[in-house]
Amino acid sequence: MTENREDEILGKAYDSNLMKRLLSYVKPYARYVVFAILLNIVVAALGPVRPYLTKIAIDDYIVESNFNGLLLIGLLLVASLIFQAVIQYFLTYYTQLMGQKIIYDLRTKLFNHIQKLALRFFDRTPIGRTVTRVTNDIESLNELFSSGIVMVFSDIFIILWILVFMFFMSWELSLVALSVLPVLVYATFLFRRKVRDAYRDVRKHLARLNSYMQEHIGGMNVVQIFTKENEELQKFSKINTDHKQANINSIFYYAVFYPFVEILSSAAVALIIWYGGGNVIQGTLTIGVLFAFIQYTEMFFRPVRDLSEKYNIMQTAMASSERIFKLFDDNTMIQNPEHPERLNKVKGKIEFQNVWFAYNPEEYVLKDVSFKINPGETVAIVGHTGAGKTSIINILTRFYDIQKGSILFDGLNIAALDKRELRKHISIVLQDVYLFAGTIKTNISLNSPDISEERIVEAARTVGAYDFISKLSDGFDSEVKEKGATLSVGQKQLISFARALAYDPKILILDEATSSVDTETEKLIQQAILKLLKGRTSIVIAHRLSTIQNSDKIIVMHKGEIKEMGTHRELLAKRDIYFKLYQLQYKDQEITKTA
Amino acid sequence: MGSLLQLNKYLFRYKTKLVLGISFILVSNAAGVLIPLFIKDAIDGLRTVFSNITVYDSAKVYDIVLNNGILIFIAAVVSGFFRFLIRQTIIVVSREIEYDIRQDFWTHIQRLPLRFFQNNSTGNIMAHATNDIGAVRMYVGPAVMYSIDTISTFIIVIALMITINIPLTIYTLLPLPILSFFVYKLSKRIHKKFTLIQEKFSELTTKAQESFSGIRVIKSYVKEQNEVDAFNKLSNEYLIRNMDKVKIQALFMPLLYLIAGTSVIIVIILGGSMVINGTLSLGEITAFVVFLGYLIWPTIAFGWVANIIQQADASMKRLDKIMNEKYEIEDSAKTDFSITDINGEIEFENVSFKYNDGSDYVLRNINLKIPCGSTIAIIGHTGEGKSTMVNLIARLYDIKEGTIKIDGNPINTIPLKILRKSIGLVPQETFLFSETLANNILYGVNQKDKELVKKYSSVAMLDKDVDDFPNGYDTMIGERGITLSGGQKQRTCLARALAVEPRVLILDDSFSAIDTGTEEGILKNLSSYFAGRTSILISHRISTIRNADKIIVLDKGRIVEEGLHDELVALGGIYADIHLKQLLEEELEEIN
Repeated sequence: MTENREDEILGKAYDSNLMKRLLSYVKPYARYVVFAILLNIVVAALGPVRPYLTKIAIDDYIVESNFNGLLLIGLLLVASLIFQAVIQYFLTYYTQLMGQKIIYDLRTKLFNHIQKLALRFFDRTPIGRTVTRVTNDIESLNELFSSGIVMVFSDIFIILWILVFMFFMSWELSLVALSVLPVLVYATFLFRRKVRDAYRDVRKHLARLNSYMQEHIGGMNVVQIFTKENEELQKFSKINTDHKQANINSIFYYAVFYPFVEILSSAAVALIIWYGGGNVIQGTLTIGVLFAFIQYTEMFFRPVRDLSEKYNIMQTAMASSERIFKLFDDNTMIQNPEHPERLNKVKGKIEFQNVWFAYNPEEYVLKDVSFKINPGETVAIVGHTGAGKTSIINILTRFYDIQKGSILFDGLNIAALDKRELRKHISIVLQDVYLFAGTIKTNISLNSPDISEERIVEAARTVGAYDFISKLSDGFDSEVKEKGATLSVGQKQLISFARALAYDPKILILDEATSSVDTETEKLIQQAILKLLKGRTSIVIAHRLSTIQNSDKIIVMHKGEIKEMGTHRELLAKRDIYFKLYQLQYKDQEITKTA
Repeated sequence: MGSLLQLNKYLFRYKTKLVLGISFILVSNAAGVLIPLFIKDAIDGLRTVFSNITVYDSAKVYDIVLNNGILIFIAAVVSGFFRFLIRQTIIVVSREIEYDIRQDFWTHIQRLPLRFFQNNSTGNIMAHATNDIGAVRMYVGPAVMYSIDTISTFIIVIALMITINIPLTIYTLLPLPILSFFVYKLSKRIHKKFTLIQEKFSELTTKAQESFSGIRVIKSYVKEQNEVDAFNKLSNEYLIRNMDKVKIQALFMPLLYLIAGTSVIIVIILGGSMVINGTLSLGEITAFVVFLGYLIWPTIAFGWVANIIQQADASMKRLDKIMNEKYEIEDSAKTDFSITDINGEIEFENVSFKYNDGSDYVLRNINLKIPCGSTIAIIGHTGEGKSTMVNLIARLYDIKEGTIKIDGNPINTIPLKILRKSIGLVPQETFLFSETLANNILYGVNQKDKELVKKYSSVAMLDKDVDDFPNGYDTMIGERGITLSGGQKQRTCLARALAVEPRVLILDDSFSAIDTGTEEGILKNLSSYFAGRTSILISHRISTIRNADKIIVLDKGRIVEEGLHDELVALGGIYADIHLKQLLEEELEEIN
């Protein structure tokens, strides 16, 4: 339950530990940051310099009727404008580039980390949530990195430059003009806080509205079966009204704040006119200065307002980064030994010695399981649902580590081997075939450079998939999934057989699918399985009578234990568990075969 | 643009507020444009200080300056106050209209047939309800507000500028249409680039989704690095697309300053030379510069609004498409409103059914009579049409071939509300609302009756479980509460259906997650509570249905076997086979 709430963390506005970790991703781009700040110092001056130039234009040239001087100022103004535009462009470009690169780094690193996590992690975490971490959560950091960090400097520099020019011209008038500043700052922060609360309220109601709709679209048949349309509409109206009201509340703050800022700015102008005008009359100030100051008040207000906005960016970033780093800190991994033992000349012998295994502590799904498979042997594992068949596969490939006992591969404990090397020698064909977006070819080779095109075609031919593949519009280059050819369940299985064969593993694990396919495909599959198993150590979770009959040994699992072991005939003669399983699952196949 | 006309009826509803809002815009702008004029007067007053010709009266000049300062402030307050009122009217109306549209949308959605929900994903419908309605609101609110604001500001300001100086007005305004045009073009291109970015982002999401879903295969074949490489490649493409947008977006502010700045420079140089020539006053230049400041934002808004309107139009079209979906299943001219209740005799006459015109038949020539008060069971493999059969009785789909009659009346003549109220259908998917357990059970009942909750929970044998819940029947279910087990969910759904005390009870595989012992108890309870009512049970388990008055076996949409349990076992067909296997399973289960 607490996990469910994870997405709702609003977060603190600032957390120095998180910030430190976030900034560590900026470090590789330190020269971008320095460069951007330097550019900012320059570009921030270009805006404020213009009112100063107009002051000179008025006082020195217009009032003195010097047309040439006026033209010169005009040229300077144009130059500063173009210069500012160009620098501004590159500045924006580079800060965004930096932000995007940092986002790229974070995202790919996180993805890489997740790929390394053990299956246990995927068992307990909904996929949707993990996907959100690498997509939306990372995305919400974008603003912080691409505009947040650098733009804070930009705003500060603009404010500083304006102050420099203002005080240079008249410190007295500057103080008068700035007298509205405390009110502005206070109003801004008050507004931010109110708006933030109002916005949270809006978001809360929006979430309610969305989850109501989501839920009721999903359960519309229940609504209709119970003829509750009218009652539901009333409930919906209530939620819809709350959402509207929350929005209207937030409108109020905007409606107050923006006009208020405009009034403040006009008040500053009025003050400048009144006080500055007095100075002009006394001869201590020129009209040009007055003119420049009127322009400065306008310039000054924007960065002050923006600075407070950065606070919001920071807050969103904090909430997302908290979730992201939590995932980074998750270390559910299957540890590789530091000095793994080397496998020389793999033979493919497997031995389970008194293996105990549980997914959850103390709930053993495998109890004291021991068996031996010699190189080249085929072993069928049979049992009713929940007997522990799949768990045997899971622990053999070290998707999970066992609690007690040991599993030996060519006499070496698999825990002492490099798990990547171990898995390279074992191919698994799972029950529900997973096809990736891509072509049939890439789904067989899984983009391995070692697997040549000939080998792909050869593998497909061997398992009997060649015929239907070549009939597809683009043959082996046909896209599977979404836009591509729709493959039947049986065809997908054949492709996964071809995949396993192309990798030519020493050991093959096959989890036979139970889903029914048409007789023709069934025949193809049966033949393919025989070819697949030939010449290699194989473990099959068998659902096909033909597979069982062709295996060297059958292991009968029941409630986590091995109950019987032997050949098909031996076990049938016992007339015990296998006999019952046979009647339940396999006997029908005999009938259809003879029929 | 045509589809936005649909909004007229909504706009009309709030005509008073809208008219008020528009007049507030005019008042606010009228007060606002006075400010530059007061600045002009103040500066021209001061100018006399520098004129060498006249001797000036410093007290009089000071009065001019002070008065204009006060006037500026008053004008600002008046203008600001009406700005406040504008937002409180027009933007508020946009939220009202958003509410109305959403309300209409939901009312409509609720009446659409199940078919609609099967053909449209929840996500898709949600997108219309959120994004599209949001886009339309942007049109009704901000777009309308800024358009009127822009146009009125333009008219007033330009008129005033013309009274000051015509040639200077023309020259300074020249760059502004270019600005509008750039904003329009740029935001359009940015929007396009943004769509491309969104596409890449969804590719990225799909890739992540796929890599995490296929993690077993990936790990089995040691393909982690491949996945990482592919993901890095996509991330990089995403970066490139983002930068493509940045290339254009970064132009925005510089161009804006460049063009707006050009106007100011024109005023200073051209205006300055006019002052030198004596055809313009210094105060008038200042007024021009301030006026320009007034025009720049509306000019930007102009291009921006054009884009909003386009997007709103596209969204409105998508909404229209849903709003035009037919209800299909509702009362019609054939409905006989004199039918006020149902007894419970059901008859299928030659019913055949397929979901879509092009698809295969799911049911073929079903003929079946279910006498009032009897219990009938349907068994068969998955996908053989069992659920379809019962869904047809509740008219979740309408049939085109054959007739289904209840008490001798074809079901499409029975008022839909009466029909559904009399049928307690427990669907196969156990859907519960994120509500308290009690509210879920009382879902179909219009009263908060605790006794009813307890009574039917005990019939459904849910009461023992509830004792262990933290808040008993007031425990929240679902995401914000406890997660029920599959069996508990099924029993809650059963209690919910029982609480409406239907004449016909239909259980679509409602015991699959319940152990046989509990099942037996529930069936016993049902037979005493529901004596005299019709029951239809769908099940995969023999234990559920062996005591039914009649069992039918469906295979490929046809009734292939029919009779009592013993008869069917003796028949040695599909039913007998299922029976044998379940016996074996039970035996296996007992071995330790």
